[in-house]
Amino acid sequence: MKPIYLDNNATTMVAPEVLDVMLPYFSELYGNPSSMHSFGGEVGVRLKEARATIAAHLGCRPDELIFTSCGTEGDNTAIRSALAAQPDKRHLITTRVEHPAVLSLARHLEEKEGYAVTSLGVDDKGRLDLEELSRAIRKETALVSVMYANNETGTLFPIPEIAALCRSRGVLLHTDAVQAVGKVPIDLSELPVDMLVLSGHKLHAPKGVGLLFVRKGTPFRPFLVGGHQERGRRAGTENTAGIIGLAKALSLSLANMAEENTRVKVLRDRLEAGLLASIPDSIVNGDPEHRLPNTSSIAFKFVEGEAILLMLDQYGICASSGSACTSGSLEPSHVLRAMGVPFTFAHGSIRFSLSRYTTDADVDLVLDKLPGIIETLRKMSPFSEDTVPTVACTCQ
Amino acid sequence: MWEYTDKVREHFLHPRNVGVLEDANAVGEVGSLTCGDALKLYLKINEAGVIEDARFQTFGCASAIASSSVLTELLKGKTIEEARRLTNKDIAADLGGLPKEKMHCSVMGQEALEAALADYLGEKAPAPAPEGALVCKCFGVYEGQIRRAIRENALKTVEEITDFTKAGGGCGDCTERLQAILDEELGRTAASTAAAGKKPLTNLERVKRVTQIMDEEIRPSLKKDSGDIDLVDIEGKTVIVALRGACKGCPVSHVTLTEFVQQRLRELVEPDITVREAGK
Repeated sequence: MKPIYLDNNATTMVAPEVLDVMLPYFSELYGNPSSMHSFGGEVGVRLKEARATIAAHLGCRPDELIFTSCGTEGDNTAIRSALAAQPDKRHLITTRVEHPAVLSLARHLEEKEGYAVTSLGVDDKGRLDLEELSRAIRKETALVSVMYANNETGTLFPIPEIAALCRSRGVLLHTDAVQAVGKVPIDLSELPVDMLVLSGHKLHAPKGVGLLFVRKGTPFRPFLVGGHQERGRRAGTENTAGIIGLAKALSLSLANMAEENTRVKVLRDRLEAGLLASIPDSIVNGDPEHRLPNTSSIAFKFVEGEAILLMLDQYGICASSGSACTSGSLEPSHVLRAMGVPFTFAHGSIRFSLSRYTTDADVDLVLDKLPGIIETLRKMSPFSEDTVPTVACTCQ
Repeated sequence: MWEYTDKVREHFLHPRNVGVLEDANAVGEVGSLTCGDALKLYLKINEAGVIEDARFQTFGCASAIASSSVLTELLKGKTIEEARRLTNKDIAADLGGLPKEKMHCSVMGQEALEAALADYLGEKAPAPAPEGALVCKCFGVYEGQIRRAIRENALKTVEEITDFTKAGGGCGDCTERLQAILDEELGRTAASTAAAGKKPLTNLERVKRVTQIMDEEIRPSLKKDSGDIDLVDIEGKTVIVALRGACKGCPVSHVTLTEFVQQRLRELVEPDITVREAGK
């Protein structure tokens, strides 16, 4: 069964054009770009071209790019670098809704390494308070780390404003832009962030390749130490096929950016409006005004997300959930909790994330099947509007 | 992705005996919306003490629904005495096993059954007021439930306690306490029972220790939930505090005060400390 794939914030299909340009690097073009011989040197030349292509797309210089293995590596490198390069500054500012690549590291730095961490909260739409951010910056603040777009709700943070604020206060800014690159326009020549992270597999490149942008002049300390690759800033033989694929994927995503923000957005809006209209007691999580064009997080009252997902799975529909049971933990998603989404809704939150490969038929199938699934599960549930349960929460 | 057996999938997609049993004479309800799963079990028990019919309503994941479904199947035709002997292990076994992270779903089935039987016999239900102190404040799990899960399922690690009872699966603040309970149950001598000094504390020592525990443990923990607390004064063995941030005005702040702040101070400083809010 061909999947109805509506989980593109988790990972994406490798675009056929991307696969095509990568394949030679698994066969005839297997040389090491660092080799002295022309066989490897040719790969080195192509890698340099790919780097230049990516730099041109992002509006930065080729030597400001460091290829990595994934978004998590980029985030870890950026944060650790900023702290190591400014040993007298022991304070980090981030948000409560970051991806675990940042969130878990921040917790680790606080608990195990004695850093002071300020985690900014968000309002019920998932929005930051820039005044609060401004107040949190102090002279020992080494770095502000704020994601560009939230992976669960698609909410976009005002990175241009945050970047301007950080610059005026003389503090470094890192942004995890894994969900944003390829979906919304980003021009690093205009956007004064110091470090930015992206990941290939979220934009139709393969898993195993990512990118860390470090603006020229930003103090930097390497995370991986070894060979001279990436000008000594990230040792390890380059993932040549992955980097070639990433360059192609980025070119494609820019060429398709208009479609992403029109056709895909129209599909997303149709899906969302259709579900809200046909399923009572459903709400949209996140900021409807400032949101990725492909993401919809919808919460259904009195049902549990894992059960919804498994029933959707019967029809080949792939989505994800912010419920406790699906996160591998026992609590609903930290993003929904930070937004104060009531528990009655949080457990029944489903995220649909579309791509340029999503079709009208995909959306139609969800609109056809999901209302019945929710109705079935609600009939099974002991909770309803008439039986508002006793909430035994402590200080959440 | 969870690895469910075919029987779990079958009972999830086609659950048996769903719905309200109008003429039920035994009803047991456990879990809550907050915790992410809840089960309401309805039984009709005849004069001979045999369960004639069983139905359920469940809010929860696939394994919670499947556990409830097989529970009702297992119960039909059983006498009260036979039903009493049914445990979470029987539910899990009937499903061909559950992923270890999902064992708490079978425990929920057993607890609902106990609550229903208690309801029928007019006994005090064990579920709402379980024995012992509240250990896991995230999921409302009491010491008695934890000790029982350890004994009945021969649990060996804190992780297993979480799998079976959910305790420790939220903020993780109670993991040390869980380890201590586990050590006791396994007959080990707890490595450190820091509390209860042999010599009575002087006022100065008490102030110092309370301040230290507030700063090192209690405040960081409350801050994780956007709350905070200030130490206002210590009068004898009464610690006076002021709640800040999200704790201020929180409808269940008294639970935080007694079950968490006071509890920890009693464990770590002196067993007869009381905590109260300034101005109350």
